[in-house]
Amino acid sequence: MKRFQIKKDNTIYHLMLLPGVIICLIFAYGPMCGLIMAFQEYNPFKGFFGSRFVGLDNFRYLFHMPDFGTAFFNTLYIAAAKAVLFLAVPLLLALLINEVRSKRYVKTVQTSIFLPYFLSWAILGGIILEIFSLDGIVNQILGFFGQDAVSFLGSNKYARHIIIWTDVWKSMGYNMIVFLAAITNIDPSLYEAASIDGAGRLKQAIHITIPAMAPMIFLLTVLSLGNLLNAGFDQILMLYNPLTYETTDVLDTLVYRIGIYNQQYGIATAMGLFKSVISVTLVAVSNWIAYKFTDYRIF
Amino acid sequence: MKMRRSLGERIFQPVNIVFLLLVTLLCVLPFVYLLSVSLSSKTAVSTGQVFLWPKDFTFEAYKFLYEKPEFLRSFLVSVVRVVLGTSINMLLVVLTAYPLSKPASKFRAKNVYTWFFVVTMFLSGGMVPTYILIKELGLLDSIWALILPGALNVWNMVLLMNFFRQVPVELEESALLDGAGHLTILFKVYLPVSLPALATILLFTIVGHWNAWFDGILYINSPSKYPLQTYLATIVQDANMSNMRNLSEEKLQQLAVLSDKSVRIAQIFLGALPIMLVYPFLQKYFIKGLVVGSVKG
Repeated sequence: MKRFQIKKDNTIYHLMLLPGVIICLIFAYGPMCGLIMAFQEYNPFKGFFGSRFVGLDNFRYLFHMPDFGTAFFNTLYIAAAKAVLFLAVPLLLALLINEVRSKRYVKTVQTSIFLPYFLSWAILGGIILEIFSLDGIVNQILGFFGQDAVSFLGSNKYARHIIIWTDVWKSMGYNMIVFLAAITNIDPSLYEAASIDGAGRLKQAIHITIPAMAPMIFLLTVLSLGNLLNAGFDQILMLYNPLTYETTDVLDTLVYRIGIYNQQYGIATAMGLFKSVISVTLVAVSNWIAYKFTDYRIF
Repeated sequence: MKMRRSLGERIFQPVNIVFLLLVTLLCVLPFVYLLSVSLSSKTAVSTGQVFLWPKDFTFEAYKFLYEKPEFLRSFLVSVVRVVLGTSINMLLVVLTAYPLSKPASKFRAKNVYTWFFVVTMFLSGGMVPTYILIKELGLLDSIWALILPGALNVWNMVLLMNFFRQVPVELEESALLDGAGHLTILFKVYLPVSLPALATILLFTIVGHWNAWFDGILYINSPSKYPLQTYLATIVQDANMSNMRNLSEEKLQQLAVLSDKSVRIAQIFLGALPIMLVYPFLQKYFIKGLVVGSVKG
């Protein structure tokens, strides 16, 4: 009888959850309430309740801002390019690594490729700026071939590509490991049967490995849809500069400059909200597709 | 038939090995370059003589750093942040994952709580409202602004929750029979059997706190309170801006910027060093974590 009571008394569960609930309520749900600023001419001294409501004025202002259009286009461009390369490059690497017979070589390659993933953009940004600077190693090599020094990160011709490819460089290890794990899970008897039938390594890759990984590739593609407006804020903040705003400024960096630098809180919040609404819709759609066609669930 | 296949392979194998070697070098050489610049003399660096081996080997840059208070100060701020932040993160993730791992038949409010937390993975107020909130709470310029907003990592919570679900119910029931409370069960039964998952989450959390730099820029005003990565980010951003200046202005200015290049690089290298030192563990547990994360309850 007594044990029955202990089991049904859930007070302790609620108590254990309390600290987490408080943190979430304040720091996750609190700012969501702050989204009301998007419809206000927010004045820090008057607060949420005293500031004047302006309806959709902030959004109207936003959509007429030339910087906004540029940032929106850049966001889509950079995010889409990264999404494709984040899958294609690691997949290629995983397939190639899978063909190497020496286990030690595989391990060395894998370990090296995964390293940049764990370093922050503060560090990697510093390295990349150094490598591509006027007196950096890339320009030294170009100079060796008699070329003039190029300010890579100060030029609209190169900066965006550097941003895309250096992020691929940083992140490729992650998906590569995921793909390699998937490859090891493929039933080895399939390969044996294929090689008895006379299929070479290339044919085995095309007819066994890739089809076996197709569901996973599909899933990752669908899920990457949710990131279509996330072009990599902390990376771009490190690598862009006013000379290349035209090609590298994205929604998040624009929000940062308008909201925190210029303290136009209402407009920046409106832009953040605009981005969130699209992002959440994309995430919902992609998760729904993933759920519908594969057995994917978040938890 | 057999001959032709082995011929194709004979060409492919070395090409593949060389290609992968190039990719490997692409990932490792930048760090070697960093180290060799930081160990070279200023003149060698400014005249562009340094490639992958230090020229005029010297510890000058590191000695300079040792005497410069900023680097060490920020390093200590980072250590405090990692210790304090990780402890709070771990405590919260363990405390929330435990009740949520119970089946709904035992804990009816479970689903409500789960949704309450999971919603925050997808919805957020965004940068500006969060900034204003932190400001209104009086947390600006305090280390708590770097710790409290992310104190509960919902993703890790889900990970641990899934892991806890696989703990045999019998373990818990026998402990309950012995008169143990839920806190005792959590710490004496659940945690010891969940060490692999905990180690993974612990490493993620430590690396996350160590690597975070933007929140420092956003919420910390006094440079003396910057964590290391934030301090490094400001140095690099300054260099980025001077990169711009180089375009239009005189060579003299360029040289002035160049002179502290080796010091800057030495700092970047030291900032990366702790991660590189724990990297073998990181890699091991990370791959384990991928497996843990993919097991769905």
